[in-house]
Amino acid sequence: MTDLTSLTLAEARDALKAKKISALELTDAHLNAMEKAKALNAYVLDTPKHARAMAKASDTKLQKGEAGLLEGIPLGIKDLYATKGVRTTACSKILLNFVPEYESTVTSKLWRDGAVMLGKLNNDEFAMGSSNESSAFGPSVSPILPPNVSAAQAKAKLGNCNKGLLVPGGSSGGSAAAIAARLCLGATATDTGGSIRQPAAFTGTVGMKPTYGRCSRWGIVAFASSLDQDGPIAKTVRDTAIMLRSMAGHDPKDTTSVDRAVPDYEAAIGKSIKGMKIGIPKEYRVDGMSQEIDALWSKGAEWLKQAGAEIVEISLPHTHYALPAYYIVAPAEASSNLARYDGVRYGVRVPGKDIIDLYEKTRANGFGVEVRRRIMIGTYVLSAGYYDAYYVRAQKIRTLIKQDFEKAYDSGVDAVLTPATPSPAFGIGEKSGADPVEMYLNDIFTVTVNMAGLPGLAVPAGVSKEGLPLGLQLIGRPFDEEILFSLGEVIEQAAGRTKLPDAWWA
Amino acid sequence: MNAIVDSRTPDPKKFIKGATGDWEIIIGLEIHAQVTSKAKLFSGASAEYGGDPNAHVALVDAAMPGMLPVINEECVKQAIRSGLGLNAQINLRSVFDRKNYFYPDLPQGYQISQYKSPIVGEGKVIVDLPESGGQITVGIERLHLEQDAGKSLHDQSPTMSFVDLNRSGVALMEIVSKPDIRSSEEARAYVTKLRTILRYLGTCDGNMDEGSLRADVNVSVRRPGGAFGTRCEIKNVNSIRFMGQAIEYEARRQVGILEDGGTIDQETRLYDAAKGETRSMRTKEEAHDYRYFPDPDLLPLEFTQSYVDELKAHLPELPDAKKARFIADYGLTTYDASVLVGERDQADYFESVAQGRDGKLAANWVINELFGRLNKEGKDVTTSPVSSQQLGAIVDLISEGTISGKLAKDLFEIVWTEGGDPRAIVEARGMKQMTDTGAIEKAIDAVIAANPDKVEQAKAKPTMIGWFVGQVMKETGGKANPQAVNDLLKAKLGIQ
Amino acid sequence: MSVDQATVQRIARLARIAVTDEEVPHLQGELNAMLSFVEQLNSVNVEGVEPMTSVTPMAMKKRVDEVTDGNIAEIVTGNAPQTEDHYFLVPKVIE
Ligand SMILES: [Mg+2]
Ligand SMILES: [Zn+2]
Repeated sequence: MTDLTSLTLAEARDALKAKKISALELTDAHLNAMEKAKALNAYVLDTPKHARAMAKASDTKLQKGEAGLLEGIPLGIKDLYATKGVRTTACSKILLNFVPEYESTVTSKLWRDGAVMLGKLNNDEFAMGSSNESSAFGPSVSPILPPNVSAAQAKAKLGNCNKGLLVPGGSSGGSAAAIAARLCLGATATDTGGSIRQPAAFTGTVGMKPTYGRCSRWGIVAFASSLDQDGPIAKTVRDTAIMLRSMAGHDPKDTTSVDRAVPDYEAAIGKSIKGMKIGIPKEYRVDGMSQEIDALWSKGAEWLKQAGAEIVEISLPHTHYALPAYYIVAPAEASSNLARYDGVRYGVRVPGKDIIDLYEKTRANGFGVEVRRRIMIGTYVLSAGYYDAYYVRAQKIRTLIKQDFEKAYDSGVDAVLTPATPSPAFGIGEKSGADPVEMYLNDIFTVTVNMAGLPGLAVPAGVSKEGLPLGLQLIGRPFDEEILFSLGEVIEQAAGRTKLPDAWWA
Repeated sequence: MNAIVDSRTPDPKKFIKGATGDWEIIIGLEIHAQVTSKAKLFSGASAEYGGDPNAHVALVDAAMPGMLPVINEECVKQAIRSGLGLNAQINLRSVFDRKNYFYPDLPQGYQISQYKSPIVGEGKVIVDLPESGGQITVGIERLHLEQDAGKSLHDQSPTMSFVDLNRSGVALMEIVSKPDIRSSEEARAYVTKLRTILRYLGTCDGNMDEGSLRADVNVSVRRPGGAFGTRCEIKNVNSIRFMGQAIEYEARRQVGILEDGGTIDQETRLYDAAKGETRSMRTKEEAHDYRYFPDPDLLPLEFTQSYVDELKAHLPELPDAKKARFIADYGLTTYDASVLVGERDQADYFESVAQGRDGKLAANWVINELFGRLNKEGKDVTTSPVSSQQLGAIVDLISEGTISGKLAKDLFEIVWTEGGDPRAIVEARGMKQMTDTGAIEKAIDAVIAANPDKVEQAKAKPTMIGWFVGQVMKETGGKANPQAVNDLLKAKLGIQ
Repeated sequence: MSVDQATVQRIARLARIAVTDEEVPHLQGELNAMLSFVEQLNSVNVEGVEPMTSVTPMAMKKRVDEVTDGNIAEIVTGNAPQTEDHYFLVPKVIE
């Protein structure tokens, strides 16, 4: 039998159903791989006992023919998702000792459907970042070999400052790295400004950010409530479709979650896209866009055209303002959402001479640089005298961004095709320089989607001239994730699935 | 926010006499009224008062990571009903905002409140002034829904405060008045009236001891009719009496400062009931900047006019309407009607007594006999030993002339202490009024026969008849109908 | 718009994050970089535009008024740094 970790989620599911493999074997194969991949730092907590117990339970169900949708499928869970009795930290020092007595709605659904939890995945602290470098556990390392670096050289660098190795992107860096390194068959992730799609693009994996309200946010550590949306990262478009079906659905505990039937997303895979109108927004052709990104984009359009879609140029005139508006709205909400981390009810407390001193020391010590920076900017833009000039203006621009998309969809466009990121993955430490804005530019193609609450799919479409994965992004109408799966499958088929790297780290 | 409009004409009776002239007190009130509901505003934990530490706390109330608020529809209804009871504008769309500040009893680091778009807008309350007489109208600026905070205990340890979140997230209605109040009496009457309205509606139990109703009092002084002065806010006053005292103290304090040539600092103050004074609460460097913004976890609160109309159609009769009806239907005086409608239970009791009977007589018995007696024993109508049926029977016995007013008081006392059916008691104990003229005549004849000298005197001095009445009543054991005695005596004594 | 050092300190205080004097200039630089980055928004005409309140338009669902939660003081206080008898403990707060 081939290495079980190289199966796709769909293949594993079918093999389990056909009783060709057992859930325990499958889980053990992944636990073994995780053991050898510790230095990648994709997982911040392994839960082998949980995993084996869950796998055994799945085997019993499989035997009885009572298998759920994800029966026996080993998954990694982003450490932003509360897992009952299992440490949940958001990869922040302030929550390093936090063990919730509750389970997030989405993970509950996954377990309901028979999935197996392998462990908790690394991410940027409180999901704030685009490289996974702001994690309190240190960066997660991309399993993608940097250009002109041999497997042996890479291995030598691993754990040794990791300098010269690549970031997996962020904030769901651990999720993307774990998928690319075959350390799970599917991973949960969250996306506030691109945190599912950007790491997927950097690692040659597939990431789906659903429509705002499609998946419950209950039990997931909040970053920016009006932008946060959880979704899957997996090896293939089909795998993300399978996972989303389990993750999606109405939750009475989340007022912003939508009461709407969950379709069988997998059924959209392979559906004809003939006659579909695909919009190419001219404003995404940003200044200084690299030739290879531009070429990839054209190639993607060409593939869709060959499959019968019609390609039209569209205009999303406020695109340019999405990123700055995002960097007002997201920090503002974050500054308020993170006020609860005060060292009183949970988390790591730094004693103080009085309550204010305790707060200030706890938060200065517990939050990392990036989180503190965003809380500061968020506090500033909400403060008296600046609220209208910043926050209200940014929310108005958000309305304009959404209207841009609505106009495009009203004109008959079924989906929009854009690059996922302006560049392939960069090196660890490369962009942690003085200017935070440089890092923020990573999200330039993805934030608009969060600002407008739309679904977005990042799908691998090729490699850079240096051989690094590059992704394209498909943006759909609200709750039309299905069309993205159909289109994504076409691109995946045309581009050929990215070959996942050999385990140089093991 | 709306511009402040001075709605009142300065009334010299309400001025404070200062050393340099008269001053007028300007008062605006922010009332925090706990919504009557089983569960909290955004969680399924109990809103009940008390409980073991952190027992009435859901994960949402403790602001655990990833927890989200879901609004309690009953609290929304109660806010709308309260707004309707205050004759106020109901806003079909309102927004929940976050008020951000750090405090140990505020677990989220923000209070969910309504800032720019409250659920209820402007309204008005008509307030009777029991002491000085007359009536004022107090404008309502707004009513909004918000979360209560937890409680910290400071006396459990010399170095630590103990935080209990049982109150955290309980629904409050903040009811903000316009600065239309001009004296401590008006303020007390306004809060009393507001409390009455909310209790009628069943939207707040008004229990001030348990903090269900708390007042933040904004006080400033000015020269009569002049520009508004700088105000101070006295926080969290939890008794109507203390509120009156706090206003009196604070107004005089401000007049003192101004007359000495000083200026008032806008600040938050606390009323110290033991010392009878207000004192500054927070240091000035701690300037607040609440960074209000719409809560992104909650959608705007929207409902239809027909939803509001439906709630309106099912409102109970409110005190003003009830008072008007009592005056019109039962012929009560304004004063009696006001007293009776002060509490819905009292009004209901009265109506049950008055139904089909003489309203004035019923009011007299309810207010003077029953309330007087209840008051003395520290009881209220809901725990009255004399039921409205029993009191109604007593009123019947008086009206039909079966017992005299004096006997009725004895009867009331018997029913109060022993209970029982008043009519049966009258029967069994022979308390029936003598209406048989023959028997009364017999008694009169006996008195006349025994007192020939008095008969002569009475002929000259008709007021002597009172003495005869008394004698006859004594003769009949108080059972004779006084009117009949009077009439017969006049005839027999030949007095016109 | 740009912030001065006093503003940096005021914001840090509002956010309850201790900041040393040495950190202030650096933070000031970062905040100003951010503010100049978002400055471009001033060139957008937003007249008559409603600010976004809910990105996915829908009616807010409500819970029924039932006690469905609570009596979990052990869980509520289980992660707390300092507790006694199910109370959270903090340094004495003086009003
Ligand atoms: Mg207030
Ligand atoms: Zn309030």
